[in-house]
Amino acid sequence: MAMLYAGPIQDLIDELARMPGIGPKSAQRVAFYLLQASTEDAKRLAHAIVEAKDKVRFCERCFNVSDQDLCEYCRSTRRDPTIICVVQDPPDIVAIERTREYQGLYHVLQGALSPIEGIGPEDLRVAELLKRLRTPEDGSPAVAEVIVATNPNIDGDATAMYLARLISPLGVLVTRLASGMPVGGDLEYADEVTLGRAIEGRRRLEG
Amino acid sequence: MPGLYKDEGIVLKTIKLGEADRIVTLFTRENGKVRAVAKGIRKTKSRFGGRLEPFTQVNLMVYKGKGALDTITAADIITSFDSVRNDYLRLTSGAAIVELVEKISEERERSFPTYSMLLGALQSLALGGTNVVPAFLVKLLSISGYHPQLTVCAGCSRKDGLVAFSPALGGVACDGCRREDHNAVRLTPGGLALLQRLLANDFGQDSDRDATLDLTAALRGYAEYHLDRPLKSLRFLVATG
Ligand SMILES: [Zn+2]
Ligand SMILES: [Zn+2]
Repeated sequence: MAMLYAGPIQDLIDELARMPGIGPKSAQRVAFYLLQASTEDAKRLAHAIVEAKDKVRFCERCFNVSDQDLCEYCRSTRRDPTIICVVQDPPDIVAIERTREYQGLYHVLQGALSPIEGIGPEDLRVAELLKRLRTPEDGSPAVAEVIVATNPNIDGDATAMYLARLISPLGVLVTRLASGMPVGGDLEYADEVTLGRAIEGRRRLEG
Repeated sequence: MPGLYKDEGIVLKTIKLGEADRIVTLFTRENGKVRAVAKGIRKTKSRFGGRLEPFTQVNLMVYKGKGALDTITAADIITSFDSVRNDYLRLTSGAAIVELVEKISEERERSFPTYSMLLGALQSLALGGTNVVPAFLVKLLSISGYHPQLTVCAGCSRKDGLVAFSPALGGVACDGCRREDHNAVRLTPGGLALLQRLLANDFGQDSDRDATLDLTAALRGYAEYHLDRPLKSLRFLVATG
C-alpha cells in the first residue's frame, strides 16, 4: 500500500502492520481507532507495552515467560522433574495447564522447525533442551520422558520427528500428543487423515 | 465473472490470516497456481479439518468473488500423502518440491506437465523413492525454460573434461569455463552421470549419497540463479537431512 498519510500517522500504521496477523488495512483501522481514543487510553496502552517489555523475561531453564529468573513451574517443588513437555510457545503451556492433566515440567522452543520458512534447529531452543536431558555429573539421562506437544501441522510434525531422532538415542522416551477426533465432533464429517490417525492411536477400553 | 468453479489441486503452502483463517496456495490442474482463503480452518471443529495441509491432493469447490483472493467452499481428499508427512526425510524433501513449484509458477498459468510432475514426485516420495528432489529439480527446470546443457561444455562445447555445473552458463562446464562463473559447483563423474539419468528417466533412480548431495547442491545453485531468491527448504534439507 502506498504512503497515504502524513508522517506520524503513517509511522503508526507501519509499526502496527509489522505485527503478526495484522495487514495494512487492519493497521489503518487500529491506527485511526487509537487516534480517536482519549489521550489517557493511548498512554495506558503505551505504558502496558513498555512495562511488559521491561518486566517480563524468559525463564532461564525452560524459556516460558516469567517475572523471575525461573518461571513458576521450574520453581515449584510439586512438579515431576523427570517429565518434560515440549511446546512451541508460552500460550501452549496455558492451554495444557487448563486440562489439569499434566504435572511435569515444560520446555518452550520459541517456535517450530519450518522447512518452508527456513527455520532450523539453531533458531530454536533445541540445544538448551538437550542440555536438560542429561545429568551434569556423568551424562546419564536426567529425564525419563519427553512429551512433544507441537502443533499437528507440517511444521509441528517436522519438529516432532527431528526431536525424536535427536533424543531417542540418548535413552529418553519420546512421545507425542495423540491426534484424533475433536470431542463433540461427528465421525461422518471427519477427514481421512484425522480419522486415520485416530484409528492408529486408538486405545484399549477396560470392560 | 463471480461464481463457483471446481478444480483439483495439490496444496503447496498455507499461511495464517486473521484469527481463524488461512490463505492456501495450491497448484491446480485447470488453473495453475491459485491462492485462496479457507475460512475458519484453524478452529478445531472446522469442516476443512486436515484436508488442506501441504502435500494433500484435493477436489475443490472455489468461489471466485470480486476481491483478489478466491474462497474455498469445499475440499475433499483424493490422496492425503500422509506418509510423506510421517517421515522426516520425506517431509523435508516434499517441502523442497512444493517450494520450487510455488516459486517458479506464475499465478493462474495452467500447466499439465507441472501438475503431473508434482503428483509423480509426491507419489514416488510416498513409496520411499530416492533422489526424488534432484530429479524433480532438473525436470521442472527443464520444462520451465531452463533445460540444462548436459552433454557438452555449456561454454565452449568441449565434449570431455566436464568437471562442474555452471548456473550462469546453464549446464556442465570444463575446467576453463568453470573459472568464468564463481557460482559454478564441482561435479564428480558420478554426479554428472546421475544428472543425465535423472533427466531421462522416471522418479526413483538409485545412486550413492555423495552423488546425490553433489547434484542437489548444483541444482539448487541453478534454480536460485534463475529465480533470483533462495530456496529455503532446499537449504534446510541439505543442512539437516
Ligand atoms: Zn521455567
Ligand atoms: Zn568449456
